[in-house]
Formats: sequence, structure tokens, C-alpha cells
Amino acid sequence: MSSILQAKDVVKKYGEYTALNKVSIDVPKGSIFGLLGPNGAGKTSLIRIINQITAPDAGQVLLDGEALQQFHIRDIGYMPEERGLYKSMKVGEQALYLAQLKGLSKSEAKMRLKYWFEKFEISDWWNKKIQELSKGMAQKIQFVVTVLHQPKLLIFDEPFSGFDPINANRIKDEILQLRDDGATVIFSTHRMESVEELCDHIALIHKSNKVLDGKLTDVKRQYKSNTYQVGIAGVNNQQLRSVLNEKFELTDADFKSIDDDLKLNIKLKNGDTSNDLLSYLTSQGQVNHFVEVIPSVNDIFIQTVENNN
Amino acid sequence: MNHLPLIIKREYLTKVRNKSFILMTFLSPLIFIGLITLIVYLTQLNNNKQRTISILDETGKISQVFQAEANDKDANTKYIFLKGISLEEAKKQVQEAEQYGLLHIRQMASTEAIAQQIKFYSEDSPSQNFISKLERRLSEKLTEETLLQNNVNIDLVKKSKMQVAIGQETFSGERTSKLINYSKLGFGFAAGYLLFMFIIIYGNMIMRSVIEEKTNRIIEIIISSVKPIQLLMGKIIGTSLAGITQFLMWIVLGGTIVVILGLVFGFDLMSAQTAQQQELIAQGANIDIQILISHIISSLPIVNLMVAFFIFFIGGYLLYSSLYAAIGAAVDNETDTQQFMMPILMPLILAVYVGGFTVLEDPHGTVATVFSYLPFTSPVVMLMRIPFGVGIGEQLISIVILYITFAGTVWFASKIYRVGILMYGKKPSYKEIFKWLKY
Repeated sequence: MSSILQAKDVVKKYGEYTALNKVSIDVPKGSIFGLLGPNGAGKTSLIRIINQITAPDAGQVLLDGEALQQFHIRDIGYMPEERGLYKSMKVGEQALYLAQLKGLSKSEAKMRLKYWFEKFEISDWWNKKIQELSKGMAQKIQFVVTVLHQPKLLIFDEPFSGFDPINANRIKDEILQLRDDGATVIFSTHRMESVEELCDHIALIHKSNKVLDGKLTDVKRQYKSNTYQVGIAGVNNQQLRSVLNEKFELTDADFKSIDDDLKLNIKLKNGDTSNDLLSYLTSQGQVNHFVEVIPSVNDIFIQTVENNN
Repeated sequence: MNHLPLIIKREYLTKVRNKSFILMTFLSPLIFIGLITLIVYLTQLNNNKQRTISILDETGKISQVFQAEANDKDANTKYIFLKGISLEEAKKQVQEAEQYGLLHIRQMASTEAIAQQIKFYSEDSPSQNFISKLERRLSEKLTEETLLQNNVNIDLVKKSKMQVAIGQETFSGERTSKLINYSKLGFGFAAGYLLFMFIIIYGNMIMRSVIEEKTNRIIEIIISSVKPIQLLMGKIIGTSLAGITQFLMWIVLGGTIVVILGLVFGFDLMSAQTAQQQELIAQGANIDIQILISHIISSLPIVNLMVAFFIFFIGGYLLYSSLYAAIGAAVDNETDTQQFMMPILMPLILAVYVGGFTVLEDPHGTVATVFSYLPFTSPVVMLMRIPFGVGIGEQLISIVILYITFAGTVWFASKIYRVGILMYGKKPSYKEIFKWLKY
């Protein structure tokens, strides 16, 4: 799979402060790429460089294999975290203006806006001013404006903030649809459950450095600890526990079960497979529950950030 | 991709459609004309005040000078001549009758002594204008009396009073006079002052529009579509066009209102002014006003003035408005702009006042010449100097300096703009802004 966006050793300094220290990322075409990191890590600096709002002090950014140039702004749609529209301008006029700045002709922009406004059932907002709309309503306009010029690369900074669950779902579906239609999405958020749900690649920036990146499944594989969550019922659970404790590293597990099981997290011994563990366990009692513990993005985030502090 | 026309159009339309802009466009000429009418009316009201004074003239001669006026029913001041009573009685009488005051002329040995002993008694401090008027009359009369006592032919004295107005002409044959010079200065001052006002009003407007984009947080979206310098230029040009529209509207509306007022009330501001001028001129030298005006106009380098006005106005305005935009980019809200306003206003004020005075003193003196080269004062000062004749070469040098500086300030402004528009919550200091230039 080729990449739509490559950042190579990007450095950005603000005076003495280094916002990005040789950060490289590689965003595959057609992916949803999660750009993660604690507050102030440098995510926005990187996004601004991709958008050519600021220039990097060193390093290179390639879009579709070419070094970034002014005309590439047509290929990028950016929804910043700090949403903003001209408050006293009418919705339709404003959307047209912003679309034209992205290089659409007026008639083309009008046609596409009509499509999106009908899709979101907001056609009667055309002549309203932004200041008359609620925050969520303005967010919708912002979303439409971001995707209207059908960019190859979409960058969303916290796209769901300010939306109610129904509209957030709707936006999520639209993002997935855009991905299916061929766009690539860079997704910056602190909501780990939506990363879990949407992203297939992630990169984690911490203190101006990239500390982790890759395919989400690979990252998880890398972070898993070969631990299995087990629900087992023996003749005497107390006795069973001490037997197991001698052979394995154990911790208590917590999950819902209808059986009166002994609930444990069991770590595989070196060289063992899950089958070895399972066959041993079946010899000791009734196994009702056997699941591999896979780290969540949330766990990975916290673990990585804490390890790098 | 050139988005400049699109940005200019948006900036222009937003300004022009703005409710307060429309309101100011229509209200300002009304307020302005209303104010002038009020001033004229109030001044006349004050001048037309009826006053009655009594005169106790022990000489019986000096007060004759007021006699002619006493018989005039339309005069603003009524004179009552008291005879055969003491000063104390006269005072009492005037006080009881609630008259404006009492003029007391004492009988003395010489006219010189009389002049020193004239007194005016009144309830409150009298109007100084009124006192001056009395003093003028009395000194005239007393001078005449003195001359008479010395057997001097008064008619001869009157005839031998000579008026001198030095005719001025340059070696190349260009004629001027003091009056024409003042008119030239008036032209220059009007042009300079217009630029000054324009910069302050519309520079502020540009600054506010930059701040608005910051507070609305739309700047990040716009700036990911267009270059900051394009946005900056679009703002400056769009706002200027809106400003020019407003100015033209004011001229048209102001003219219309004056004409309508003239028709409805028969109240003609223009002719009232001319009458006053005529009176003024008639007092000095008997010159026909029409000829004078045509003489002034023909003595002005009209084409040069118009072209220079155009070039310097635009150059000066662009220079300052790019600085205003930079300030807007550097701050979060209008209250933080104060510390940066002073350095911008200083050269402007300097240009209008210091420039104005030195040009009046000597249009081609060192200070005036230097000021007309310095880019931050040249638009105002050069426009003041041109009516007195400035070589095209000098003008060109000044223009080149101005526009090179403008290129510099735009570079400077767009640097600050680039960094500043994305800075929130920081109250910038000069040190901070200087650091931004290096980003």
C-alpha cells in the first residue's frame, strides 16, 4: 500500500522551544490514521505544517510522493479543533466563499453545497447567520466546508466534540463513507474509544518526539503480554488457585459471568502456546471463559506516555 | 492560485453591508451639518444679544461717536446718554434699570488724561468683545480730538493712510501673494488632514477585522487555503475600497443635504461664508473674490497636485494600514492594542502639526524638506509642500522611498501576521514580537 502523506524528520522550533523533534510519519492511502498524544505534545504543530500554515525548520513533507507546494491545499481538507466561522456572515455565502478559496468554481461549489445541505437536512439554514445557529449546527457547517472540495487527505482535529451522540454517529458514518470513497483520514483525538473503533493506523507523539507508530493490530500485538483471562471452576476454588499460583504468574480478573468461577489473569510461561495453557487448565477444572487479554489503545497510550516520562 | 479578488470582494461586502457602517454613512453628514448649523446659529445668537448701556460723559464731546448708532433702531447695542448727575447716582440708576453697564468718561485736562481715566462699570465681567469694540471707537475719537486740538487736517490724515500688499513673484514669473500662499497651505493641509483621518478611521477598521478573524478562530481555516500576504493585502484593499465608498457617499449626501437645506430654508451656508469673506477682503484690499479664486486656482500646480495626491495618499495609507494589520495580528482583543497605537500615531501627528507649521514658516526649509522624505511623514508633508512648487525629481525620490518602505512594512507585517494570527492568550510585548520575526 502506497502512502498519501510522508513526513520525514520534521523539526519545528519556536525560539528555544522545540515543538517537533525529527518526527516522521507515514500515512497509507485509504487508511484512517490516528494521530495521538497528550496535550501540548506537538500534534497541532505537525498538522499546521501539513496544511502549510507554518513551514518546518528542517525535514520534508511529501503529499502523494511530491514535496508540499501551495497548490496542494486543494488536496487537503482540515477541520481544526478550534472551530471558527465568520459569525456575522450568512451560512450559504460563507460556505461558498470558503469553497472558492479551496479552488472550486462558484457553480460547482453551489451544486455540492446543495447536495450536502440536503443530506444533512439543513437547507433552510442557507440564509441564516452563523451567530443564530447553535454550536452543534455550526459544527455541521464546518464539517461540510471541510469535505466539500473532495480532498484526498482529510484532517480532523477532535471531530466529534460538540456533537450529540446521534450527530456524532452520523459524522462517524460520513467519515467512513469518505474513506470508502477513496479519501485518507488523519484523525487527532483524545477519545480513545473512537480511535479503537475507527483507526487502522496510529502514531503517538509525546514531548515533541514520535514514540510509537504502526498498524493498530501490530501495535497491539507488540504491547500484548501473553496474558489470558480465564474463568475456571474446580472442586475447590481456593485449592485450585494455590495450585495455579505455583505454576503461573496470576492476578485477579474481573468480568461478568453466570458461573461461580475462579476469575484470573494468567500469563503464559515462556515458550508455551495458548493451547498448552488451555489443555493444562482443562485438566484442572471446568473452563468456562478463555480470552486473550489485548491491550486497549487507552492502555497503550497511558503506558507509553508514562514509560517516556 | 490567486484568491486576492475573492478576498477583496468578501472584505468589501462585509464592511459595506455592516449595519453600523451603513448607519455611519448616512448619519455622519447629517450630524456634521447639524453641528455646523448649530455652531453658526449659536454664534449668531450670542452676537445678536441686545444690550443697553448708559454713558456718563463729562466732556460731552467724546460720546458723540456713539450718537449715530443710538439713532439706529437695528443696532444690537442701545446707548442712553446721562447728563448732569453724579457717578454714584448714575451707577445706582443703571443698576436699578438692570442695564448691561455704565461707561464713564471723566473730564480731564488733556485727551491723553481722558483716555487713561475711562471706566466701564457693570454687574458681572463684561464681554471682552464688547469692551474691545468700545475701546476701538473711543480711541478713534480721542485720536481725532487730539489731532484737532493740534490743528491738524483730519481729512489729510485719513487720505494719507497707505495700504501695502507686497506683490510676490518668482524669477520664473510665477505670481503669489500672502493670501494665495495661505490658500495653498489650506489645500496642502486639507489633503494632509484627509489622509490622516482616513488612516485613523480605516486603519482601525482593518485592525478590527484581523482581530475578529482571530477571535472567531476562522483564521486557521482561511490560512490553510490562502497565503497570509494575500489575506493581508485583500483586507487592506477591500477595506480601503469600502472607505472610499463611504467618503464618496459622504460627499454626495453632504452636498445633497446642503442643497436641500438651501431650498427649504433659504439658508445658504456657502453664500453666508462668502459674504463673510468678502467683508474680510473688503476691509483689507479691495479685490474681487471671483478673480482672487481663479487666480489662486491658476497658481496651483493642479495636475501635479492631483497625481501626487493620488500616489501619496495610496502609498501613505498602505504603509500605515499594513502596520495596523500587524497590530491586529499581534493581539487578542482591542484593549491590548493601546501600547502599539502610540508609535503609529506619533509620526502621523508629527507630520500634521510639525510638518504644517514648518511648511507655513518656509515650504522649502530643512525641516519641511526632511519631513517630506521620511516615509512615515512624507505623504502628509509632501502634499502640503507641493502647492508651493516642488521639483518632480524630489517628488519621485520621496515616492520611491515611500513605496520601498511600504514593501518593507508589508514584509514585516506579514511576518508578524503569520505567527501572530495563530497565537492566542498571549499578551505580546515588543520583545516577543521581535522574536516572531525570526520564526
